[in-house]
Amino acid sequence: MSRWYELSAAEAVGKIKNQELKAEEYIASLLERMQKVDPKINCFVTPMRQEALEKSREVDAKISRGEKLGLLAGVAVAVKDNMCTKDIRTTCSSRMLKEFVPPYDATVVKKLKDEDAVVIGKTNMDEFAMGSTTETSHFGPTRNPWNLMKVPGGSSGGSAAAVVAQEATVALGSDTGGSIRCPASYCSTVGLKPTYGLVSRYGLISYANSLEQIGPLAGNVRDCALLLQVISGHDDLDSTSANLPAKDYASALRDDVEGIRIGLPREFFGEGVQEEVSKTVWRAVHKFEGLGAVCEEVSLPSMSYALATYYIIAMSEASSNLARYDGLRYGYRGELDEGDWPTVYAKNRRVGFGTEVRRRIILGTYALSAGYYDQYYLKALRVRTVIRRDFEKALRQFDVLIGPTMPVLPFDIGEKIEDPLTLYMCDILTVPANLAGYPAISVPCGFTDGLPVGLQMLGKPFDESTVLRAAYTLEQNTDYHKKKPVL
Amino acid sequence: MRLSRTIDPSVRRSRKQHISREEVEHIAWLAHLELAEEEKALFTQQFNRILDYFRKIDETDTENVPPTYHVLDLVNVFRKDYVKESLPKEESLKNAPEKEKGFFKSPRIV
Repeated sequence: MSRWYELSAAEAVGKIKNQELKAEEYIASLLERMQKVDPKINCFVTPMRQEALEKSREVDAKISRGEKLGLLAGVAVAVKDNMCTKDIRTTCSSRMLKEFVPPYDATVVKKLKDEDAVVIGKTNMDEFAMGSTTETSHFGPTRNPWNLMKVPGGSSGGSAAAVVAQEATVALGSDTGGSIRCPASYCSTVGLKPTYGLVSRYGLISYANSLEQIGPLAGNVRDCALLLQVISGHDDLDSTSANLPAKDYASALRDDVEGIRIGLPREFFGEGVQEEVSKTVWRAVHKFEGLGAVCEEVSLPSMSYALATYYIIAMSEASSNLARYDGLRYGYRGELDEGDWPTVYAKNRRVGFGTEVRRRIILGTYALSAGYYDQYYLKALRVRTVIRRDFEKALRQFDVLIGPTMPVLPFDIGEKIEDPLTLYMCDILTVPANLAGYPAISVPCGFTDGLPVGLQMLGKPFDESTVLRAAYTLEQNTDYHKKKPVL
Repeated sequence: MRLSRTIDPSVRRSRKQHISREEVEHIAWLAHLELAEEEKALFTQQFNRILDYFRKIDETDTENVPPTYHVLDLVNVFRKDYVKESLPKEESLKNAPEKEKGFFKSPRIV
């Protein structure tokens, strides 16, 4: 069989539409690849072999009937398992939702289907998206395709790993504090967290609703833009969805950064950032300079409060959003005769939720409780304003801000999981974009000791185009995105 | 204008216990979460470290700074009040662990 799984989304759509390649043949090649490499990596909680093959045949039938095809005709898309898929179980990688079968599609999933994409499976993640390593999954950790002893990043670790391992051509992830960008960085893929409100959250199982966004993971910037084109746009079913005219992201893909003003926040290269990571990102910065961008240092003093602010808000929102899991209407349920309602409720949640989820629910409940509300939650919301203003100010001066995505290289599975605070610290560079609501991308910018380094770019609200243009330019002038792990 | 408070972290860490084991038990009860015995001790210790770190935000001066609940300038969203089809009963009950006569079955309330 040909190695059709190596195609990019743009190439696959081209070949399928020109009838050079049958969608079924391409999907079969990906499924075979999945069967071969996934036992090593564990990207998928629920592979959708049968459904994917059927859908690919439908696409081929549409072509033979001469019908008009969508933007993602035949493309294999992996979907993070916190987005509802009609009649396909959606687990959030939690025992709580192990058997939950949604009766409807999330808006993003519906949009994929409307554009003739083929959903190839549901990907592994940190339980309820709470983590940066994909280790807290009820279905076991996902491994980093570059080094199977290392974490792939998280919480969208299954989605990022599936793309770089070529088990899926593109994937959807969600990003509450870095959950798309972190695994994109650790797996050497492109990952974009859109501006808050650009993509509908209807059907996304909520963790921290004022922070999270769904976004694309892809092998290159063009595919990332294509997937963003499909999933973005206003949705009546999400009251936080922005109502703005649609943009053409493909036209943003220009190999040109002449005159673009790049801000380099001092705090993104400061304490806690590994020297190898800094150096690799600096090389990309020099590349941008060589290509005509204007790079200057900038300071974001409130950065030192960002992590604490983020965790207080995220945990508070989580404690409220996860209160719905009572094991009554859906979800894990023990025996009814174990006691009265509060007892059974509390037992269900002890068995159904993993340790990190319970840790966050309790801390969030604490931060919202009478007596501590002003001190933690309200104070954090005020600091959020200070942080937002800092970024607003910097982005009046610059078109994009650049730094590393992750402060440290991918680390060993099991290395940090027992020490929550140390693990939280890894999110220091990604959480500001969520607090401010701004778009941010991670793109491959090099390797150190065989492990990938990601470069992060933040842009102005709803200006994904400039971020994509700068990312595309870097990609056109480097080869890192072409490197694939040996599996 | 008020000067932002500066706290020497070494002093704070050694003296201040933010949350006791009893409080952890109480909060877990409020959140409807049963905890294992060994977890109570572990969580108490971890929470104290985490809360100590959280108090870093005390250093920021937020006098006269409004809270950001949401990054978008949200306004209430209205839709026309018309009848739409909802999920059929069987579909709504499909994921219920236990059901009876078209209802969700709950443990006893009192």
